[in-house]
Amino acid sequence: MSVPGDLQYTKSHEWVRTEGDTATIGITDHAQDELGDVVFVELPDEGATFDAGEPFGTVESVKAVSDLYAPVGGEVVEVNSALNDAPEKINEDPYGEGWIVRLRTSGDGPANGDLLSSEEYEKVLQEEA
Amino acid sequence: MPEGAPRRTPLYEEHKNLGARLVDFAGWEMPVQYSGIKAEHAAVREGAGLFDVSHMGEVVFRGPDAEAAVQRLVTRDVGRLAAGQAGYAAVCYESGGTVDDVLVYKRPDDFLVVVNAANREKDLEHFRENIDDFDVEVVDESDDWALLALQGPEAAGLLQDFTPADLSSIKYYRFVEGEVDGAYATISRTGYTGEDGFELYMRPEDAPRIWRRLIEAGAAPVGLGARDTLRLEAGMCLYGNELDAETTPLEAGISFAVHLEKDPRFIGQRALLLEDTEGLRKKLVGFEMEGRGIARHGYPVTSGAEVVGEVTSGTQSPTLNRAIGLALVDPGVEDRFEVVIRDNPVPAKTVPLPFYKRDRG
Repeated sequence: MSVPGDLQYTKSHEWVRTEGDTATIGITDHAQDELGDVVFVELPDEGATFDAGEPFGTVESVKAVSDLYAPVGGEVVEVNSALNDAPEKINEDPYGEGWIVRLRTSGDGPANGDLLSSEEYEKVLQEEA
Repeated sequence: MPEGAPRRTPLYEEHKNLGARLVDFAGWEMPVQYSGIKAEHAAVREGAGLFDVSHMGEVVFRGPDAEAAVQRLVTRDVGRLAAGQAGYAAVCYESGGTVDDVLVYKRPDDFLVVVNAANREKDLEHFRENIDDFDVEVVDESDDWALLALQGPEAAGLLQDFTPADLSSIKYYRFVEGEVDGAYATISRTGYTGEDGFELYMRPEDAPRIWRRLIEAGAAPVGLGARDTLRLEAGMCLYGNELDAETTPLEAGISFAVHLEKDPRFIGQRALLLEDTEGLRKKLVGFEMEGRGIARHGYPVTSGAEVVGEVTSGTQSPTLNRAIGLALVDPGVEDRFEVVIRDNPVPAKTVPLPFYKRDRG
């Protein structure tokens, strides 16, 4: 399973790419593989705010329903609406075209302490295996 | 084997070699998918798919009173079956609630009843408790048989190369005892996908070789994930979803498997006759989502502020590319209602069953 070194991760298998105060979020290669064919994504509304750890949406495969948890807190500034018509992008390109939301991270306190580096996330995957 | 360890079918090693994702299903370690549910689903609709369903239970009724015993236990009049014919039936409690849904094979000298894996022990107990006044032997042969299902428009052509039996002469819900790849097999033109196809009962030791040969010949291995989406598109019931001890076969929409006027009588007949006269307490409907979202087993069905039922099965239909489902609802519910998805009522409308019907050419 691919675990890019330039991203941060959660134990619930989201990834986050931080650029300035913007955090782009998706689910990991491992998560999409576990889910199987993704057929539906429930995206939050732009402007909605979430605390770190709060559920912000849902990904469904043919077989399973999986909640998405915000790796960091913030306000939704953009959602990947292409997923409404092509949810399979999450399977095909989980770290690229399969991104899910962009948040403007809230200034108060980095939730980053709870995030995992790629090395730490790989250990989580090994423990789960 | 330690208690609680999952059972494995004779094809377990084949599944592992094919890279299947294995899950616990009714105490069995079964393949839920190989390449992916959508691709496997499409293989069955367009070509030929091969399923390992060896976890299903095979119970044989033999002896002078075999027919009388089966008649008492199942809702179908099996006296009308010819030798070589199979019939779908329910097994009911006196209450009319459903113990299991089964396939009854009438063979020249006995009856084979194929039961759901999850219900095997419960069924055997129910069978034995209710027929002890008959001269019949009830034999659990589940461990003596492997069961492969080869399903899809290309199933017959593919299988014909492996058997001297003339498959074109086996009509729907008929079976023959013959050979597949030189080994004994019961070849049954039945299935759980809405496609043409066969279910092949064979000895466990022959199953891995036959499995490999059918795959080499072009059949795609298909897991339980696609088995569920295929049967749901075909509008077929799954015990534990549409059918359970609190749901009668009439409510679940399988009255075609119930011969209400049957004589000799069957367990639950009185309750079903009464329900038929007084009206159903609930009814099974097929529906499509009109709003965005996928209905799933257990989601509430509402009409305005009122809860009027529950989703029994739901998925994104791979063939139709729409969110479909089955629900047990109050009998008065008409063609529109809502399915509550994560606290949001999402509009849905009833549609005729099955959702998918194959083109019979």
